[in-house]
Amino acid sequence: MKIVYPKEEVCMACRLCEVACITEHSRSKDTIKAYKKEKPAPLSRTLVEEIFPGLSVSVNCRHCSDAPCIEACITGAMHRKPDGRVVVNEYKCVGCWMCVMACPFGAIKRNQYKIEGQGARGKGQGLKIKLSSKCDLCPDRSIPACVEACPNRVMAYEERN
Amino acid sequence: MKYLIIGNSAAAIGAAEAIRKNDKGNPVIIISDEPHRVYSRPLISYLLAGLVTEDRMYYRDENFYKDNNIETIFDKRVTGVDVKKRQALLEDKKRIDYDRLLIATGGTPFVPPIKGKERKNVYTFTKWKDAENIIKLTTTPPFTKEGRGGIKKAVVIGAGMIGIKAVEGLHAVGVDVTVVELASEVLSRALDKDASRIVQRRMEDAGIEVITSNEVIEITGRGDLASGVVLRDKKKIKCDLVIIAIGVIPNTGFLKESGIKINRGIVVDEKMETNIKGVYAAGDVAEALNIITGEKMPIPIWPLAQRQGAIAGDNMSGGDSVYKGGFPMNSIEFPGVPTISMGITDPRGEGYESFIKNDSANGNYKRIILKDNKIVGAILVGDDIDRAGILTGLIKEQTPVTAFKDKLLDRNFGFVHLPKDLRKEKLEKMV
Repeated sequence: MKIVYPKEEVCMACRLCEVACITEHSRSKDTIKAYKKEKPAPLSRTLVEEIFPGLSVSVNCRHCSDAPCIEACITGAMHRKPDGRVVVNEYKCVGCWMCVMACPFGAIKRNQYKIEGQGARGKGQGLKIKLSSKCDLCPDRSIPACVEACPNRVMAYEERN
Repeated sequence: MKYLIIGNSAAAIGAAEAIRKNDKGNPVIIISDEPHRVYSRPLISYLLAGLVTEDRMYYRDENFYKDNNIETIFDKRVTGVDVKKRQALLEDKKRIDYDRLLIATGGTPFVPPIKGKERKNVYTFTKWKDAENIIKLTTTPPFTKEGRGGIKKAVVIGAGMIGIKAVEGLHAVGVDVTVVELASEVLSRALDKDASRIVQRRMEDAGIEVITSNEVIEITGRGDLASGVVLRDKKKIKCDLVIIAIGVIPNTGFLKESGIKINRGIVVDEKMETNIKGVYAAGDVAEALNIITGEKMPIPIWPLAQRQGAIAGDNMSGGDSVYKGGFPMNSIEFPGVPTISMGITDPRGEGYESFIKNDSANGNYKRIILKDNKIVGAILVGDDIDRAGILTGLIKEQTPVTAFKDKLLDRNFGFVHLPKDLRKEKLEKMV
């Protein structure tokens, strides 16, 4: 299947892939609103690792054919779509971080925020939400946002062997 | 060809799905001693805490069995297996034929012979029913002078994984909790002393009484109802609820006469097949390879149960899969202190090298344990858990870390620290 492959030799550590990812996964799809106004603020599902100067690479989910995150998930929230993408069902996810522990790419982030409201049994104000957050290959787009945003064409959205 | 699966959790479902990949038509039967369709046992503490509703307990959706053409027998215990006649015996004397059998009966709580353990309001904490019973108690207002219902105070015996989950669940619904642990630290099997202390301090800050290096020797009562415990040092604690959470042992009691070889768990080969041809075992009940120690042992964790089940299922239905082994790993969070640990966390003997970053004041701790320049264990507490999986991968692949071991403790340790060839191999190829 097609996924996003980085090419470290041409990465400039500009982090525009992260910006594009946050914007795409925001409610407003507007960068400024996503960063400044939206609560919870969306997380980038790709992470630019860097040793300054000279080395950087954007790491995100490989949508592994034999995915350790799926087998580690205790709720069934982490699952594979018929098209091959590995995605989180946020309704089922409880934020146990078993997938964080299992992913050999460290490509799953902990998304934690507080909301007003009550637990299932009427307990507690300001409920803490914990969700796993990872690359979904931008299902609403033909090319993932990070790939399109990269000014140096570092990110390749393609099929490889 | 008729497939029979005893059990209905991670290993059983992994197997059923693998069988259905290879064989769409032949009968698959799942037997469970619980009335529920497949749900996630680790979620019972979330149910107790009110963090999930019942509809979020299920691991697969309602139509799972129908869509996969799986027959189910629920709420029935298997009392034996006749490997000569190839039949499983049910508690109601019915016999179910099979050609291929998977035993995926998981673990059963270990209950030591504590005096008074048969009293009411004494529970173990591994199944939905346990959570249901405790929820009933904690949500019913008191209706007798003895305080039945309206639980105010609980004693949890055992501060391991299950004990901590029980503590968390009870604490979340406003029950006052004391936890009593035989070892000198909480989570002593998963963490080391320094990491345990961070968790313990957080528990105490939350108002939980933690008693270590001690044990409950008696559960006292008023009539048949538990009303307190007595500790080894004669200390008495009043309570209305006792949860015994010492650990689980492989659930193999019903196989005693079967001829299936059992050591600590059911002994399996790399195909997950037992000493009896056509009979397989997977999950918490099985004794499979630990790749770090090279020993065979039960490692009762969800991901390995899922994987072993899938491998057994494939082999049962004509496939040729090999279980390469696994190692213990756990992610557990007492509110405010997430911890992830894996492999050897308490190294004993020669040849180990530890890298430690102890920032306990801020609730963060990281320890990486090496042997022969390979990672064999890790303990991560607090924010350091974020990219724990990279370490899991390095352990699994037994990657030599000589070239970058001084970077392992970095907050931002990642692929940029790996040798270029290895990094490109991982990030630029299909996985």
